[in-house]
Amino acid sequence: MTPALQGFRLKPDDKPVIFAAGFVLLILLVGTGYTVLTQGSAPLLQPQYLLQQLQVGSFLGIVAAGLMLVILLGHIDLSVPWTLTAAAMMATAVGGPWAIPVGLGIGLLVGIVNGLGVAYLRVPSMIFTLGMNAVMRGLMVAHTGGFAPQTAATDLMQYLAVARIGGVIPVALLVWLAVSALVVVILTRTTLGRAIYAIGNRERAAYLSGIDTNRVILIAFALSGAAAGLAGVLLAGYSTKAYQGMGDPYLLPAIAAVVIGGTNILGGRGRYLGTLVGVILIVLLNSVLSIMQMPEAGRQIIYGTVIISMLLVYGRGERVTG
Amino acid sequence: MADVALTSDAAEPLEKAQRRRWGFAARMRQHAGMLGGLALFLALYLFYQANHPRGFTGQILIQNANEAFALALVSMAQTVPVLMAGLDLSVGAVMTLVGCIASHLVNGSPADIAFGIVICIASGAVCGFANGCVVVYGRIQPIIATLATSAIYMGFALILRPTPGGKVHEDLSWAVTSDVREFAATFGLFSDGEALWLQPFAWIPVPLILLALIILLVWVPFTRSVTGRTVYAIGSAEGAAYMSGLPINRAKLAAFTLAGLFAGLGGLFLALQTSSGNADIPQAGAYTLNSIAAVVIGGTSLVGGSGSAIGSVIGALVLRTISFNFRIFDVAPLLQPLFEGLVLLAAVSLGGLKLLRLKNKLEVFR
Repeated sequence: MTPALQGFRLKPDDKPVIFAAGFVLLILLVGTGYTVLTQGSAPLLQPQYLLQQLQVGSFLGIVAAGLMLVILLGHIDLSVPWTLTAAAMMATAVGGPWAIPVGLGIGLLVGIVNGLGVAYLRVPSMIFTLGMNAVMRGLMVAHTGGFAPQTAATDLMQYLAVARIGGVIPVALLVWLAVSALVVVILTRTTLGRAIYAIGNRERAAYLSGIDTNRVILIAFALSGAAAGLAGVLLAGYSTKAYQGMGDPYLLPAIAAVVIGGTNILGGRGRYLGTLVGVILIVLLNSVLSIMQMPEAGRQIIYGTVIISMLLVYGRGERVTG
Repeated sequence: MADVALTSDAAEPLEKAQRRRWGFAARMRQHAGMLGGLALFLALYLFYQANHPRGFTGQILIQNANEAFALALVSMAQTVPVLMAGLDLSVGAVMTLVGCIASHLVNGSPADIAFGIVICIASGAVCGFANGCVVVYGRIQPIIATLATSAIYMGFALILRPTPGGKVHEDLSWAVTSDVREFAATFGLFSDGEALWLQPFAWIPVPLILLALIILLVWVPFTRSVTGRTVYAIGSAEGAAYMSGLPINRAKLAAFTLAGLFAGLGGLFLALQTSSGNADIPQAGAYTLNSIAAVVIGGTSLVGGSGSAIGSVIGALVLRTISFNFRIFDVAPLLQPLFEGLVLLAAVSLGGLKLLRLKNKLEVFR
């Protein structure tokens, strides 16, 4: 192998990002090919379309950013759907200037309870967050009487979700970028970030080296809850109201985005850039499939196949060697 | 040193009794989680029966058994991967897919029905085997692999049943969802179920008998086989199991195949119970999540290595009995999801109490 080629060798951490980005281009190419053949135009390559996708994708992106912190610990947060919905419903119910703080507060609160259960009671996160999801659903069903709430999102919520600066840049995209910047700083520039990776690799070792692992787990779950709350507030602004089940389509795609981006589901390894590309991949895949008017059955099959084949390329575990 | 003074023939029975007592205590400790679940179920169910306006009747028992059967089997399915520290998020999807297949095939002449049932059971097992292949040969984490395959299975189910519908053989459907007497009467067995020797068993709901048969003929032999023991060993320490020369890959494939088989049987019953197939994505998700809850309530550890599918059946019964109780106590339907969630949280948080018993803080971190 020539030295030039050796310089080109991918680092293991870069591989998921490069492959996922390549797949994003492939999706765009296939979609464009389809529209050129059927409509004779290429709307997918216009900046307007791409910005629109990023705006829609920002809700998923914010959820995935929070979820990634928890997954890096080796845990999971299944309470996302109803944390998101509860934040949206409460924000619209309170209204006025307090709408957004209340929405974020609900998310934070659920996250803190999750963290307490997982870190201090040592209940497996899979089951504790599942229970919290059921409790939040129960609270919201009791609160709304099972009907769609009649309250509307405040102007500020709608501005954050729908408005475009200069008619071009969606504000929601900027919110997503701000959340992303925060997560990148936490993961790469703070002791909290190092502690998260350390716990994901081996919690016992992290504890012995003096990290207050319970506190770190609590903070990570709180941040994940807050992210879900923020996504709920924005989503309510986007659709001008909150509704039952608005969070359901966000959990599994968010997990898929984080994992496709190269984060190890067992924790300890993964870069935020990967999650970012993973979210874009999922959003574009969904969008192109709906442009192709793919029925739900085909969508599900393609969705599953894409996740498995991406992971077969770069997400394979080590062989067991004792 | 008093023992030494005893003559040997006096010491032996004492030792034996003591050993038996220790063995019993160890067994109790080993199954503590499951016994706790059993106690919870018995308390809830007796409470339910005692407060039922119509008292204890066979009809109520049959209805309860029918409602619990599918979840019980899906929970058994979930147990097998959990025992080796994995999770199968596709059990609900496999159940739904097999249900949709059954709504096409389980009808017509007896030969057709038999063929349909065989295909249903086989397709459940094939789905599970496919999961196993992705996990073993693809080396992808079970939770993510089955998340992806569950989307694929739901896709196939939607192709088979874009809208709810279909039909299953009515006699068969009636026979497996009622008691033994009706079962015999439907097929003209044992003088239409009136044979004298049958009377002591005539009240037992058929689903309970099927459940017992599945446990005795499939689960118990499995746990006693090398493959079954290997599944437990993988959950305790995969590296050690590998170094001991246990057939790791075979056990993983078998575990996922068995999970698919159980989930498929659940789907087949659900199709018989509802006489139709329905590719309902939220319902599949609910079954998957409830199966995880049932496994935990039944005393199986989510980190693997200990527990049993029988415990999960009890866990499923607990979950179902909670909703039975809501029904007779007129809990406002709007509050039911809240109570379900709180009961689940309370049940799993009780596990936190065991932290108080730990002597070394490091044991907290597995």
